[in-house]
Amino acid sequence: MSTIDRQWTTRLRRGVERTITLDKALPDTQPSYVASWIYVFGVATVSALIVVMATGCVLAIFGPQWWHTSTVGHYVNSLHLWGVEVFFFTMVVHLWGKFFMAAWRGRRAVTWMTGAFCFLVSTVTAFTGYVSQSNFDSQWIATQAKDGINSAGVGAIFNVLNLGQMLMWHIVLLPLVLVLLTGVHVAYVRLRGVVPPFAEEAR
Amino acid sequence: MSKKFRPDVDVVEWTGAERPYDLLKEGFYALIAITVLVAGLAALFGSPDDPAVTLKQWSIAAPVDFAQTAFSELNGTSDTATYGAPYNTNSPGQALGPLHIAQLVGVHIPIAAARDFVLAPLEALPANAQLRRALHEWSGASAAQRTTWLAHYGAVAPGMTFSGDSIVTASSASGPVPEFINDLTLMARSGALDEALLTKDSFYTTDFTKGLLFLSNGAYLTDQANAQHLLGSQWGMMNETGTYPGQAWLWLYTFWYQIPPYTTSGNADILVGATMGVLTVGLIFLPFIPGLRSIPRRTRLYRLVWRSHYRREAPRA
Repeated sequence: MSTIDRQWTTRLRRGVERTITLDKALPDTQPSYVASWIYVFGVATVSALIVVMATGCVLAIFGPQWWHTSTVGHYVNSLHLWGVEVFFFTMVVHLWGKFFMAAWRGRRAVTWMTGAFCFLVSTVTAFTGYVSQSNFDSQWIATQAKDGINSAGVGAIFNVLNLGQMLMWHIVLLPLVLVLLTGVHVAYVRLRGVVPPFAEEAR
Repeated sequence: MSKKFRPDVDVVEWTGAERPYDLLKEGFYALIAITVLVAGLAALFGSPDDPAVTLKQWSIAAPVDFAQTAFSELNGTSDTATYGAPYNTNSPGQALGPLHIAQLVGVHIPIAAARDFVLAPLEALPANAQLRRALHEWSGASAAQRTTWLAHYGAVAPGMTFSGDSIVTASSASGPVPEFINDLTLMARSGALDEALLTKDSFYTTDFTKGLLFLSNGAYLTDQANAQHLLGSQWGMMNETGTYPGQAWLWLYTFWYQIPPYTTSGNADILVGATMGVLTVGLIFLPFIPGLRSIPRRTRLYRLVWRSHYRREAPRA
């Protein structure tokens, strides 16, 4: 084995080439059984995530106080909030749909698990958004939620009453994790394909 | 030897017909549709933004509640003063079986209620001879003397009123305590306490821990939340002001707070946390849990998704 064969870059490239081929990443056909509205909710969830990220970026550009004082800022905040509502709605429908299809079958357990992690990280990300609003809602939610978080010993490093800390979690750390997880989830969907129907005996 | 086919784990990979599929086109149209939907919802319904409650607002609207909360900080009976970790060591905190997890993790956000909420803000007030004397008297007194003063004030505090721009109680041998409570109330009414309770050691700050803890120890914040149907018993954690959907996805987390034994347990928060922890692990590892992973096959709801496929398959069967 040559030096080039042994280096990390070469091995990574070859691994990726072997694992995710272009026809898997960007398919132009689907199995004929993929013919239901339920399949739309996965891509709708990703679309809603894009809307949430984009509106969050606009809010970040102008700072955390902007939306309290500007009509445009308030509308962007409304876009962000309703983006989140639509994101969760589509994600939950997607999750239930995948559950009733038993979409983990055929070496697709990792797809299911990364999807479940996406849901969990999303709930924490949304929660940190709610406590970062710097209004009455954030005061009430933070003071109520602190007891659950403190009781588990997590409050020592995750102080929901600290606006700066929560805002950093909300706009940096958790979105980073969520986007990475979503990328892995979508990659596994493409890699393993859409789960086939249950084989049914003739009745 | 061939492995036995497990219908909830294995599949016969598809080798049948394919249909055209444009992934990028689907993604593009979905993004447009979702953007239009979100823009419409935002334009129709907006978003809530009730202003934050300040200590100034509280002490003006409910000076007696504020003053009694201030006294509970001074005599160490407030929720924060008796909280335990991560704020202090005054309680073992909630327990999961024999484990007091917060206590094991320790105090990481130290709060000494009397000092942080009452004495330190008063010491920061501009020169006031009467207050200076009261603070000097307090700092020079023994612990027993302070306890006696607090006990005497505690006896008359329930009858407290606010009149003539000051806190009024029946006279008692309470030493400097009445001066503290009155001056802190006036300080709050001026807005100075909001500034004094910011956690900072420089010009800038983003930490509102102390102010929020003080606020949450009184009844005023809870009264505001109750008026908005945001209490825990009203599924409050997942709601927000107005008629917005809030964090509806937290319904299961909030649900446990509505039923026994969680409603009656002093360890409700950690019990709910543990319950949700178990359910979360179950959700993640569902593909490996016999019984649960069979639900889709047994309920046969999947036929709704694949009805055209089974219709096509039926003649062959």
